Formats: sequence, structure tokens, C-alpha cells
Amino acid sequence: MNFQEEFRNKDVARGLVAGIRNAIQSIPPVVLPVRLMEVCGSHTMAICRYGIRQLLPKPLRLLSGPGCPVCVTTGDYIDKAVALARIPGVVVTSFGDLFKVPGSTSSLEKERAGGAAVEVMFSPIEAVRIARDNPAKKVVFLGIGFETTIPAVAIAIKEAAGQGVENFSVLSGHKLMPPALRALAEGGTRVNGFICPGHVSTIIGMHPYEFIARDYRIGCVIAGFEPLDILQSIHMLLRQIKDGEPAVENQYTRLVRPEGNRAGQAMINEVFEPVDVAWRGLGVIPGSGLRIREQFAAHDTERTIEFAPEPTVEKPGCICGEILQGIKTPYDCPLFGKYCTPAGPVGPCMVSTEGCCAASYKYLEPMKR
Amino acid sequence: MEQQISLAHGSGGQLTRELVEHVFVPKLKNDILSRLTDAAELAVPGSRLMFTTDSFVIKPLEFPGGDIGKLSVCGTINDLAVSGARPMWISCGLIIEEGFSFERLERIVDSIARTTADAGVAVVCGDTKVVEHGSADGLFINTAGIGVPIRDYRSAPIQPGDKILVSGTIGDHEAAIFRVRENLGRRMELASDCAALHGLVETMLAAAPNIRVMRDPTRGGIGAVLNELATGTACSFTIEDDLIPMCDEVRGICELVGFDPMYLANEGKLVCFVPAKQAESLLQAMRSHPLGANAAIIGEAVADSRERVYLQSRFGGSRIVIMPTGVQLPRIC
Repeated sequence: MNFQEEFRNKDVARGLVAGIRNAIQSIPPVVLPVRLMEVCGSHTMAICRYGIRQLLPKPLRLLSGPGCPVCVTTGDYIDKAVALARIPGVVVTSFGDLFKVPGSTSSLEKERAGGAAVEVMFSPIEAVRIARDNPAKKVVFLGIGFETTIPAVAIAIKEAAGQGVENFSVLSGHKLMPPALRALAEGGTRVNGFICPGHVSTIIGMHPYEFIARDYRIGCVIAGFEPLDILQSIHMLLRQIKDGEPAVENQYTRLVRPEGNRAGQAMINEVFEPVDVAWRGLGVIPGSGLRIREQFAAHDTERTIEFAPEPTVEKPGCICGEILQGIKTPYDCPLFGKYCTPAGPVGPCMVSTEGCCAASYKYLEPMKR
Repeated sequence: MEQQISLAHGSGGQLTRELVEHVFVPKLKNDILSRLTDAAELAVPGSRLMFTTDSFVIKPLEFPGGDIGKLSVCGTINDLAVSGARPMWISCGLIIEEGFSFERLERIVDSIARTTADAGVAVVCGDTKVVEHGSADGLFINTAGIGVPIRDYRSAPIQPGDKILVSGTIGDHEAAIFRVRENLGRRMELASDCAALHGLVETMLAAAPNIRVMRDPTRGGIGAVLNELATGTACSFTIEDDLIPMCDEVRGICELVGFDPMYLANEGKLVCFVPAKQAESLLQAMRSHPLGANAAIIGEAVADSRERVYLQSRFGGSRIVIMPTGVQLPRIC
């Protein structure tokens, strides 16, 4: 099966869109418009890329959630990374996404242009190798991302510990998805259903979402990232809403098992422990972050390197926080497209390719620009 | 913070353009430079010459489908070719880092010799500098080239209704380099498309002398080239992703790491605009040439003062292809 052809089949899409229209018509008007939140940044991208909004009936709104790791990372994390990059002998390694994110006065990109050692990589294991090859340097990996990426960072930390690579550490900014969904369900955003992140779910499985359906009566469908995946997930959520039976369903069965990836979960638990952390836009969410456990403290940047980040200043006018909660859209932002563009981003939602603002800017329907 | 040069200034996108337009052109301006064409047109008594230069800083120096030597010859030839010129003479300046392997240098110079011989051009002058260890990354090459117009060709403004053609699969070069750098898919047979295009251009101009304009989509890919070409035309371009030739390996790499193939560099492809009624015969001519075997008509120009590039997805959605705004990858060509 060719995943790039089969899951983008127009005829199948037409059938699903017809099903979505029928389902909407059988939903009581009082529930309309139905508001579904795609939590994951990759879903936001796919929805924009394939013009899915343009295919959907009006009484159905898609809101973008806080599932872009760069977007929900608070400014102080970037300021910490910048401060680390400024220390002679420190090599800051990172996934590419963080490279251009502006902190209070600088970014990793600017620091590198000024001579700092900042390396972009695709795997944290690569950072361990750099540390091993450069024993005189302190190599810091910027650990951001959700459950999908955390096991790889845990493996890197275990590998460094096992091989005695003492100059490798991680600045953990990792975040967990289920506590954020709880915060959204309890917060001011009216959501009728969550399109749940497919790749996070490959690790955590279906069970961690059950409380949302049970306690908050909001349906959850774990979705893949091809256009047909997303349309089918929307259809599944509408059926739940129509029947008044919120549940956790798995559309992405080709990758997600109900129990998830047990080895990955074990790896996360062995190296990290939950901690309360702040999310951009959502504030502090209990148990939604991860701290490196005492056993691996030698590889925790915050406990091994002394550094003094500059005071964090939030950008005036930037409404990324409200956008991340689904309260506002990029078009509500006075900076969007004029003062904040991918070339000169003000807020993180414009920096990350998965960010709601970047996706909206790039894939904006022609009439709106 | 003082403004500094970042990698994005060299990526062929928005910042490269700003650097050229705000620093180089105002300070160095003259009638010829200010046109910002791929090659400068020089009027000499009795004829015209085309002149261009390009620098090459690729890592790794040797890669599937080529090496920095071949690349530095083809890159300059292609700038001349898409300006409608037959390349004649090339200069070659090398900046070599202390400690560089002699054997490797010879291998690369052999490659330059082979490529120029195949292309029928001569390296007629050159220069070598050696810098301290750490002051350069192995080997940098600058080439310049002089060519003469083919069939007295001159480019012409793009008009609404013009068809847009691309000479083959896009993104091969940058994807191939990325694959080697990141050690992806060892069984994959993806090579750089690095090739000299002047033969193809001669074939094209014989079939369709009224080609409006040709460009080689190197850094920044066809996304950057189409955006540059749209500026000042009072046209927008609509292209369809179904029609853009792309090999499965490139598609796969893009899906995997989130690159946009529209912005991937090519080193042996060209994009051209032609009046609609000549498009089909031009396409057939391109396909008859080995370097144009996968050529395709990918879209057209439409009258629209917004001067944008729209990509129609096979799925039905449409998106704007903006000018690329930074590096997808450090240093590709």
C-alpha cells in the first residue's frame, strides 16, 4: 500500500465529507456549531495543507490546540538555552524547530551567528556522540517535545549514564499531553471533541484519554495524519456527539495499539518523573512536565551547569497564548502577517512549521490575505 | 544585538534577497548588476557576452551523483545556459584548508576536467589560496564563466496564459545530500541531479525560440525561483502538485523530516515559461533530451496583481507558496 496515495484518495474523501454533512444535520441545533480541537501541530499542518477546512460544512469548526512543542514552550526556556549557548565550552544541541524561536532578546540562531556552538540534530543520540568525542566540552541537549520524542531522549540519557559520558546533559522542557487536555477541558474553551495526537498515542495508547470522555463528556478520537485519517476521525467524533455517547476511539489503528508502546512508557518512567510546569497560554498545569530523576541527576543541565538566564520579557501584542487555547485564531492577532511573519516571527506559533500561525500564513485561503 | 550574518542569509530565500538588495546592489550599483539576472549581459563591439560567477561550499565534498568539482562547473554553466548562452570559458578559484588530502584534491580536479571536457568548455584561468586549519571547511571553490548567446536569445516578460514547465524531478540534489549527511536509507538509490544543462537549453530554444524566461532552481528550489519570477509581472502562478515530477525517495524524505520539496535545491533542473501554444512542442523537445526525459507542464501564469505562487493540492486544497524564509538545512550547495 502506498501511504501517500491511498490516504489521499479524492473519491473516498468525497464519501467521508458527505457522511460528515449528514451527521451534522442530525445533530441538535443547540449543539451547533460543533467545535472540534485538533490537539497536535502535525494535524494543524495537515488540515491546512490539504485544505480540509474548505471541505467541511459551516456549522463545524476546527480549533488548533496546544500540540506544537515549540509553541507551548515558555519564553524562559529559550532564554535558558540562549544563556547556556553563551557559556564558553558549552555546545547546545537541539532539534531544528527551536533554532529560530526568539527569546527575550536573542535566539539560538543569533547566538550561533555570533559564534556560539549550537548544533541542530535529528536524534539526541547524536548529541551523546558529540559529547563522547569532545570530552572538554559540555554538551547540552534541549529536550522539548511530547511523549513521542521523550523515549529517545531517555535512551540518550541512559546511554550517556551507561557509558560514563559525564559531559552530556539534558535541559528538560518535556511535556505530557493528557494533563494539558484536562486543563483545556476544565478551562474556558468550549470543545465538543478532541482529535487526539496519533504519534503521542503510539507511545501512551488509548487509556490515558479515558477520563476526558468519562469525567468531562468530551469525545476523543486518536487520528492519523493523512487527509482521509482526519476526515474519518471527524466523522467518528460527530457520530459520538450525535449519539450523545462520548468515548475514546482509535482511528489510527495501523500504528496505535490500545496499550501503546510499553517499552517506551517504561523508558520515560525510568528516567523522568512528573512535575508541574507552565505552558505558554495555559499557565501551570499540574503534573504536565517531566524532570530528570535523581538517579540521572548528573545528566540534568539544571543541576550540573551554572547559568543565569536574562529576565524573560513577553512580547507585547502577541496572542499566541490565546491561540493555543483555541480562544482566538491567528486572524484575530493584530501582528499576524504584518509584523509577525515566518521571516520575522514575534511569537512561537509563527516559528515552528507546526505552529498554527505559520500554517495559517502559509496555507491561508487566497481571499483572506 | 548587532545584526549578524546568519546561515539564512545564504539560503537563497527572503534574507538572501534582502542582503543583495540592501547591501550589494546599492553600494555597487550599475545598469548591468541592478538587473539581478543569473548572468550579466555585456555589450562588446559586434556581439554580446554573458558573464556569471558562483561559489560552492558543499558538505560533503563528494556525494552520490557528483562532487564539489563537478558541481562548481555545472553550477556556472547552468547560470549561463538559463540565460540563453552557450558556455565557453570558465575560471576556477580554490580556497583549500591546510591539511587537505592531496589525493582527494586530485580526484576533485579530475572531476572538474571530466565535466568541462564533456560540456565542451575550457578552464582558462584559476587561482589557489590555502588558509590555516580551521579557517575553511576543507575546500571551497569559486567559478566564473563566459558564454555567447544561443540563436541571439533574449528573455521576455511573462504574460498571462504562459505555461510553466520544469525539466524533471525536483529536489533530488538536496534530498540526496541530506540522505548522505544523515545516513538515511542506505539502500536508497537517490543521487544528486548535478548536470550541465546547456545542451538541453539548445534543444529547447531550437523547438521554442520564444521561451519567455528560464531559471535553474538551485538554493531555495522552485518555490524561491517562482516567487522571484512573479515579482513585477502582474501575474500569479498556479501550479498543481500532481503535475510536479518528483521521485518517490524525495517524497519519502520530505514526508519523514517535514521538508517542503518546493524549497529543495536542484543542480540539474530548469524551470521555464513559454507561450501556451508552444508549450506542447517545447515539452516534446525537452523529453527527447536525456536531461529532460521527465519534463512536465506544471502550471500557468494568470493575470493577478498579487503576484503570488499558488499550489493546488491533489486533494483539493490550495496553498500559497511563500518565498522561503530561512534554512531548511545548512549549506547544501
